[in-house]
Amino acid sequence: MENLLGLYNYWVAIALMMMGFYIVIANGNLIRKIIGLNIFQVSVFILFISMGYLTGGTAPIYSEAYTQYSAPLPHVLILTAIVVGIATTALGLALTVRIYKAYGSIDESEISEMDQD
Amino acid sequence: MISQHLPVLQVVVPLLFAPICVLLRRHNLVWGVVLLSCWASFVIATLLLQQVLTGGEIIYAIGGWEAPWGIEYRVDILNSFVLLIITGIASIVITFARESVHKEISEDRIYLFYTAFLLHLTGLCGVVITGDAFNIFVFVEIASLSSYAMISAGRDRRALLAAFRYLILGTVGATFILIGIGLMYVMTGTLNIADMADRIRDVQDTRTIVSAFAFFTVGVCIKFGLFPLHYWLPNAYTYAPSIVSAFLSGTTSKVFIYVLLRFLFTIFGAEYAFDTMHLDIILMVAALLAIFSGSIAAIYQDNIKKMLAYSSIAQIGYMVLGISLVSVTGLMASILHLFNHALIKTALFMSVACFFFRFDSVSLKDLKGVGRQMPWTTMAFVIGGLSLIGIPMTVGFISKWYLIVAALEKDWWWMAALILLGSILAVVYIWKVIEVIYFQSTEADSQPVTEAVKFQEAPLSMLIPVWVIIFANIYFGVNASWVTDISQQAAVYLMGGQ
Repeated sequence: MENLLGLYNYWVAIALMMMGFYIVIANGNLIRKIIGLNIFQVSVFILFISMGYLTGGTAPIYSEAYTQYSAPLPHVLILTAIVVGIATTALGLALTVRIYKAYGSIDESEISEMDQD
Repeated sequence: MISQHLPVLQVVVPLLFAPICVLLRRHNLVWGVVLLSCWASFVIATLLLQQVLTGGEIIYAIGGWEAPWGIEYRVDILNSFVLLIITGIASIVITFARESVHKEISEDRIYLFYTAFLLHLTGLCGVVITGDAFNIFVFVEIASLSSYAMISAGRDRRALLAAFRYLILGTVGATFILIGIGLMYVMTGTLNIADMADRIRDVQDTRTIVSAFAFFTVGVCIKFGLFPLHYWLPNAYTYAPSIVSAFLSGTTSKVFIYVLLRFLFTIFGAEYAFDTMHLDIILMVAALLAIFSGSIAAIYQDNIKKMLAYSSIAQIGYMVLGISLVSVTGLMASILHLFNHALIKTALFMSVACFFFRFDSVSLKDLKGVGRQMPWTTMAFVIGGLSLIGIPMTVGFISKWYLIVAALEKDWWWMAALILLGSILAVVYIWKVIEVIYFQSTEADSQPVTEAVKFQEAPLSMLIPVWVIIFANIYFGVNASWVTDISQQAAVYLMGGQ
């Protein structure tokens, strides 16, 4: 029970991770693949942020009143990773636009069929 | 003074010149700038290697912030050697690139293409030189994003889908790497690779580190395209512009194999990775499957670029096979093959780029009898092909030799036999090309052939770089001692002996 409730943030992260990964693999629609990829990445961000959190801790600003602080480093790392994620999404969407212009479709299996001949 | 700051200049030079390219826009000018910064990076890498060979490991604190707080760059014998490979390949490819890029990429995108080229170089140099685990992830993404953009610049519309698939799988791989690094950070409380290596021993039996190990290894293997994870590679190399295929095949996979070496040997330690986790068996099976499935798939290709792409999968197999032997000689063969395969594949892809430049096709059926029209290019292709097979006097022979020696050291005759069998498969697909380009005649013989049409060699600005790298293939095949020395030192260093 403690594992289930006490670590619920990790369970959420893993559930999101699997959902995102499943969407990436199972879906033929390129936009949905990008959405899945985003969910997958965000789950990792949540994982990182949870790691840095301390129950009862505050933001790491020095003050006499507080003695417990959350670790700021994972949060900073995730800011960088969010930027990277946005760049990836933007590039993926740009490629999808160009694929749509070239093929008139954003469904992976339809596109592969068009290139058979 | 400046020699103290070489490690950071290695990354900063290409990084600073990339936005300048966007501002300049005129493509000859941009090409000049990129050429200059690539060669500058190469000079920096050479100087760094020299410093490491004479003075040992260099530790550079970025911005003067010492290691646990700031990011440090660490240059040792292994990564200075990899830096030399990637900057050398980048320089030779960019020298070759001008005419080819002009032909294959639409006018208004050329400057953006060159910008992506420089950013890719930045990312690769950063991955190799940094001593910080999270920094590796950031540079991996810089390198990957620019390579997706470069691949999608291909004229064939299939390049777009290839780039998209690479983007999806590459991002999954990078995210796996991120998960691995995050879990390691949680257990060790540091992102500095040297500190991580010290602290991971105490916690290495926890489930967290086991999953970190699994995530990280799979992520990196996706990135360099080890056998079952190579799905993105053939199409990405085939439909990318010729220059990009030459550049990526010579650099990207090498860098990710370096990352694997760094994490397996420096952080986790050979004992943990191979004795506790038994990664060597997994890598060995994957590598052997890669060698055979890659070579056999290569035999059935009509598109030369696709053939070379499948052959790259096989060659990555050889590199990983050397790692899986977990011996100094095996590692040495792998590190040697990083260098040698970079020379071989770049030479081959560059000569194929010359074919494409003249004939607008890399399909075997369109290249019948080109040996008579482009004698120098075909000769270059043949020498590159011989080197790929591993004929004595070429670099390919040196790495295969040490790989077989490493297998025999363990008394694994079957493995030496399999390596030789893999080389025979390479003979088959290289011969298939040689037969078409030399011994079959052009179908269009009915057309009146004038002297000018008959002899259509690629421009000298392309031929000279191709021959420089072909010459390197032979030179380092004959005078191998310099490279083998460095590889051996790097292998001994990785295995823990000083």
